[in-house]
Amino acid sequence: MKSQSSPPSPLSSLRSRVVAVAAAAAVLAGVAVTYTLQAAERAESADATSEFGLDRGKLYFRSTTEAAGRVARVPASGGGGGGTRTTGGPSCERFYAAAGTGLCLQRRSGIPPKSYAVVLDDRLREKRRIALTGIPNRARVSASGRMLSWTMFATGDSYAGSSFSTRTSILDTRTGYLIKNMEEIPLTLDGRRYHSPDVNYWGVTFAKDDNRFYATVSTKGKTYLVRGDMAKWSATTLRSNVECPSLSPDNTRIAFKKRVRKGTRDPWRLYVLDLRTMREHPLAERHSVDDQAAWLDDDTLAYALPGADGRKQDIWTTRADGSGRPTLRIRDGSSPAAVR
Amino acid sequence: MYLATTDAVAKASEQEQSGVRRGRVAGPVLALGAVSLVTDISSEMVTAVLPLYFVLQLGLSPLQFGFLDGLYNGVTALVRLAGGYAADRGGRHKLVAGGGYALSALSRLGLLLAGGATAGIGAALAADRIGKGVRTAPRDALISLSSPPDTLGRAFGVHRAMDTTGALLGPLAAFALLWATADAYDAVFVVSFCFGLLGVLMLVAFVPGHLSQVSPRPSRPAPERHRPAAPRPRALGLLRVPAFRRVLCAAALLGAATIGDAFLYLLLQRRLDFAISWFPLLPLGAAAVYLLLAVPAGRLADRVGRRVPFLAGHVALLGGYVLLLAPTDGWPLLIGVLLLLGIFYAATDGVLMALVAPVVAQERRASGMAVLQTGQALARLVAAAGFGAAWTLWGVGTALTCAVVALTVAVAGAAALLPQSHTSSGGPT
Repeated sequence: MKSQSSPPSPLSSLRSRVVAVAAAAAVLAGVAVTYTLQAAERAESADATSEFGLDRGKLYFRSTTEAAGRVARVPASGGGGGGTRTTGGPSCERFYAAAGTGLCLQRRSGIPPKSYAVVLDDRLREKRRIALTGIPNRARVSASGRMLSWTMFATGDSYAGSSFSTRTSILDTRTGYLIKNMEEIPLTLDGRRYHSPDVNYWGVTFAKDDNRFYATVSTKGKTYLVRGDMAKWSATTLRSNVECPSLSPDNTRIAFKKRVRKGTRDPWRLYVLDLRTMREHPLAERHSVDDQAAWLDDDTLAYALPGADGRKQDIWTTRADGSGRPTLRIRDGSSPAAVR
Repeated sequence: MYLATTDAVAKASEQEQSGVRRGRVAGPVLALGAVSLVTDISSEMVTAVLPLYFVLQLGLSPLQFGFLDGLYNGVTALVRLAGGYAADRGGRHKLVAGGGYALSALSRLGLLLAGGATAGIGAALAADRIGKGVRTAPRDALISLSSPPDTLGRAFGVHRAMDTTGALLGPLAAFALLWATADAYDAVFVVSFCFGLLGVLMLVAFVPGHLSQVSPRPSRPAPERHRPAAPRPRALGLLRVPAFRRVLCAAALLGAATIGDAFLYLLLQRRLDFAISWFPLLPLGAAAVYLLLAVPAGRLADRVGRRVPFLAGHVALLGGYVLLLAPTDGWPLLIGVLLLLGIFYAATDGVLMALVAPVVAQERRASGMAVLQTGQALARLVAAAGFGAAWTLWGVGTALTCAVVALTVAVAGAAALLPQSHTSSGGPT
């Protein structure tokens, strides 16, 4: 008999060590299996059917507390912490809706994990499902409900190992035409046609005519506001240091996040840009906002911030003219979308 | 035969004489391999899900994630050196390595307890990276100290194959768990912790603690001649050993011409334009080749000398670059690049440790390996940054051509630098 391990120990000692490690392994396996089973039980079945539809005068959002991960709604008017929330909408990582169309970005775990953009009708029933890869990030529906756009973060697709790049898609629900990755759109930067492998778009927002749109483009470490044209399929930069634009309902202003600090500590602040004068002003919110703000009406913007007291995210509102003070609108929520 | 006759070596050769078949590696190497396998399941589980966890569950921005992730990679270089030095002082390899394993295992609990607090997550990530940095050099030193010098290649081959097995299983386990629990990331952390703790227990139980009874006192025959006078086993003294210096320079030179896997995968994706959902499978393909070839490459290294496979591995990498430049397309390109990348890792990763072990005195083994690994890692960092810049400035074709030229020069330089042989003669110096 020879021992596998070399220390000067008799066989009995090796055997006792094997027994001890095997016993420990059994205990650890027990812990792992028990915890996993409990977690699996805890996970409620992600029900696709919604208990409500898209109605005017409601503010929809993704709930991060009760019925976590599912869409909920509150009346659009009336402030406060949202006592009258109705839960039980579709299960989405990111949600937006306008007129009779909802857009729900989902992720399903598995090997490999899959993501979907799900188009929903006015009863929030599934109309179309598009398989994607990456991590859901931005979602927008044009005011008419016709044009949809979403952005996914792609991991592993980057020039530096740990950074992300984005893939932005545009879907015309009337024709069914889908642009899976708008990266190839002819881009004019500072007046010249521009080519670079590192061009990334995100945060598309459509105008009332369902043709003109605005978005962020980033290249070589800078971000720009671009104006795009669906019919001509072209894009032109207007201004630098603009991210996640969001067009006001009257189409005269753009809310966006502006990088005000280098590095990762509180880098962004919300601004509003007047498209006629091209003048911008900061909003009253002093926290760094990493979200595509949503216009509740022509005077009010909503956006998600990391929650206090262990809450994941809260939805705040602030006035678009920069006056007043931000208000906590919905605790434990993200992806605000007002259906007007 | 070069190198001191250590207790461990004596024991290992006793084992061989007493009927252990040729081709087996020493018990401690198998034990360390098993520890690495289990630990890699643990760590790769977490690595695979962290981006998703941060962005989806916690709502951190990718920017913050990238920052957290990148922050500690620089730190690990220093920690690695400290780990190597601490292990050499008094021959506490097992203690230092075990501390590193334990710290990484505990960091999973940290992730669990941190909830959404960025500071807590940052601390947990730091603990994990520090643990990884601390343990690597002592572990490789233990492998080298418990193997006869003429079987080092095989020993490292076996270890790396087991290690890679864990790295392949980890992400599968993690995604299966997420799938089964509908994205319960806490379950991933708990299971990862269990694997990590099991790894620590296996290390404690099966890896002998006092291999370095070899170093302080007993027999000090020939090779100790590059050791300075006994009372100063300083880590910096290593750089005064010409053979070590040459290995270090060769590794750094080659590292500075190694552009990084992420770029190769990205280039493959661009050339072949396959669905992005296949992207995560590319590293698995290369790892599978690595896994299959690690042991044969190690054995070959023992037979023909370690510099040959080490250089040949880099030639394989060069072949991968050339293939990406050539008008190859479709499956041949994909399979060719992944195969060559796998060969590169199989022929260089463990082999480099086997190459350096004989030129570093035992009581400085862990420090020497730490210095070498750090030098290589820093050089690769420079290479990645340089390639990224070249790509942006001149386009991908020119950047790749530069890489081909740089690697060709580096291989030639390394061939001139690397000592001819360690296994035979009385020493490389």
